[in-house]
Amino acid sequence: MLSPAFLSKLRRLLPPHCVLDAREDLVPFESDGLSAYRNTPDVVVLPEDEAQVAAVLRLCHASAVAVVARGAGTGLAAGALPVDGAVLLVLAKLNRIKALDPVGRTAVVEPGVRNLAISEAAAPHNLYYAPDPSSQIACSIGGNVAENSGGVHCLKYGLTVHNILRLRALTVAGEVLDIGSDALDAPGFDLLALMTGSEGMLAVITEVTVRLLPRPERAQVVLAAFDDVAKAGAAVGNIIAAGVIPAGLEMMDRLAIQAAEAFVHAGYPLDCEALLLCEVDGVNEEVSDDIYTVREVLEASGAIEIRTAESEEQRLRFWAGRKAAFPAVGRLAPDYYCMDGTIPRGALPYVLGRIGEMSAEFGLAVANVFHAGDGNLHPLILFDANQPGELERAERFGGRILELCVEAGGTITGEHGVGLEKIGQMCVQFSAPELACFHAVKAAFDPDTLLNPGKAVPELHRCAEWGAMHVHGGQLPHSELPRF
Amino acid sequence: MLDSIIERIRDAHAHETPLIIHGGGSKSFYGNHDEGEVLSTRGLTGLVDYQPKELVLTARAGTPLADIEALLGEHGQMLAFEPPHFAGSATLGGAIAAGLSGPRRPYAGAARDFVLGVRMIDGTGQPLRFGGQVIKNVAGYDVSRLMAGALGTLGVITEVSLKVLPRPAAETTLQFEFDEADAIVKMNRWAGQPLPLSATCWHAGLLTVRLSGAESAVHAAHARLGGEAVRDAAAFWQRLRDQATPFFDKRPLWRLAVRPTAPSLDLGDAQWIEWGGAVRWIASRLPAVMLREAAANGGGHATLFRGKPPADGAFAPLAPALAALHRNLKQRFDPKGILNRGRLYPDF
Repeated sequence: MLSPAFLSKLRRLLPPHCVLDAREDLVPFESDGLSAYRNTPDVVVLPEDEAQVAAVLRLCHASAVAVVARGAGTGLAAGALPVDGAVLLVLAKLNRIKALDPVGRTAVVEPGVRNLAISEAAAPHNLYYAPDPSSQIACSIGGNVAENSGGVHCLKYGLTVHNILRLRALTVAGEVLDIGSDALDAPGFDLLALMTGSEGMLAVITEVTVRLLPRPERAQVVLAAFDDVAKAGAAVGNIIAAGVIPAGLEMMDRLAIQAAEAFVHAGYPLDCEALLLCEVDGVNEEVSDDIYTVREVLEASGAIEIRTAESEEQRLRFWAGRKAAFPAVGRLAPDYYCMDGTIPRGALPYVLGRIGEMSAEFGLAVANVFHAGDGNLHPLILFDANQPGELERAERFGGRILELCVEAGGTITGEHGVGLEKIGQMCVQFSAPELACFHAVKAAFDPDTLLNPGKAVPELHRCAEWGAMHVHGGQLPHSELPRF
Repeated sequence: MLDSIIERIRDAHAHETPLIIHGGGSKSFYGNHDEGEVLSTRGLTGLVDYQPKELVLTARAGTPLADIEALLGEHGQMLAFEPPHFAGSATLGGAIAAGLSGPRRPYAGAARDFVLGVRMIDGTGQPLRFGGQVIKNVAGYDVSRLMAGALGTLGVITEVSLKVLPRPAAETTLQFEFDEADAIVKMNRWAGQPLPLSATCWHAGLLTVRLSGAESAVHAAHARLGGEAVRDAAAFWQRLRDQATPFFDKRPLWRLAVRPTAPSLDLGDAQWIEWGGAVRWIASRLPAVMLREAAANGGGHATLFRGKPPADGAFAPLAPALAALHRNLKQRFDPKGILNRGRLYPDF
């Protein structure tokens, strides 16, 4: 609970409409995109420029009050979940595109600018911003940096970390950090990489310089159906072994295909176990060559049906099903829980097989949507939150899937972040000294642990408690730690 | 081998003995002078895992880059950041610790962009593992990329996982006669168009451009751009990558990283422009402060690359807030300051 004295100081720093503490104004901020986690914030501030953000941080720092930064609130890991006794710092009003240099191919934007708005502003120059998370219409670039967001084009065009040049950020004490440069590198440690994906734990971003790329001359997509998930998985590796790096390479399993088809009528074949969408882009001639190669590889890999989009309209229709996969699956059950593990592509048949077994074990259906090119798996667990115990069961099932990803040589989160949601699984992926190193990095920036406390990196004692509930192969993780 | 390195670092930590991490020694000219006992990583060799279909290679830090590139070549793949080998026998660990990239960097990405994971030993002798062998991974802070370019000051890299890419089917290198100003304009204009560029440089009135991709795409781009095809182009780019032309023998040699559109820096004629305009190599005896100011005006920074560093060090001094963060991080990874002391900045 924040003191009235603190709140009145806060009100003096910002215009009246930028501080919210009435109950009805706070409710919209009680969760981010992961609505299973809710907590009403004590107070929400919506500063309108960097100076106001700095003033809020200085006051919070001086008063030892924690701060949770939030962008558009589309995150899927409860990273922007309000913390009791903290200020929720919403950066949505910092939404100006400050500069766009079509010749140097960069844009300087405030953190609240929406991802898609950057590409829209660059479009007249035939340029665009490459990372395209599925929430790109709403999500903001500050949040993209905080999460190192990806999208369907990562394999070829990289993640956020590969597409930004410079950040302005404020330390917890309100001091300006100028990280990166307008050149392709900067002296000293790569703090640009360290900040990207740091989930609001290290500093508050107030400006981002992004790289813009020329729009590819042409993009074309091939759709292939398989009667076996393993064959589809092998086809992905075969395409890459043939020397093609697709712009997008997506897979859906039977349940996801049927849900998507029923929802948007993309014209998908229904009598199959897996569907691959492979998009290639680039120079006109190169696309023609690549499409030829991809079709040959798909055929040799045992596809039962192969279609090439013959028009832009057909290309968009092929994609419409994939892009609507989440809401489409959402129609199959009252609720779904989206997981975000990454695995080596070769482990796909094993991992999908195990998920199928666990689905039977937990009594919950799963639809699988897979960024196959980069190994990022999104199992969607179907459940009904109104049935007592189902949410908890879905969460337990989800946790087991993430542990399976680690066991297969992968990671618990490919692009959604750890937030609060996966904090327990961090104990599976990292050893105690590694977690201690993360805490040390945090302390280098934020020694009093005021920025987004309790997220992203678990306390070691928490791992001990959590590990006590999760025994793996007869061995407790973190057996070196004391048990509480 | 790994155990003996861990033991060595624990011992050095206990006795506060500075260590100089040494791979192939190909980049020992780079950075500030450091003192201490040599800790060699050359015994840590060998491939750990390579799955061409996964586009991921993992090898121990002391493995020669040449061995890795030969293996990748057998599978039609490459390290797309084109790491310099310079004169010595460059190792994988050294390439990542130095964080240097070659001619393909502006079009394909830097060394740090291809790092997926590392195993390392911190300055207390604690082995740690960050990142992994998958392309998308946002669990925990990105400590593996932080190691790229840290010049060994935060830990000894013992193993690296990298993303690798297919080698382009075809490559052609073209040359054009342009003065400096026109060359900078052309490099930027072409980079804004969907062309299969993979390297650009300008020196002594000649703009050289490499195109890489499908045969048909390279052919079409050549027809569109014109220019004279260069023979023996692979050797040309390799000499540039390894700084094996007489220009790079000049001392002091400065590297000015600037925004690619920055106009001519007017610091004399002895320069070589690379990376689409984003790097200007300058052989100049002008005072460091002037070169640093010129680079800062161009949105970037100046590094004394070869020769005797100025009093404030080879790398551009950091703003106070950033310098404090660097010291904090160093303190936490290497509390006794034993790893490559002074190599990156004189104060740690």
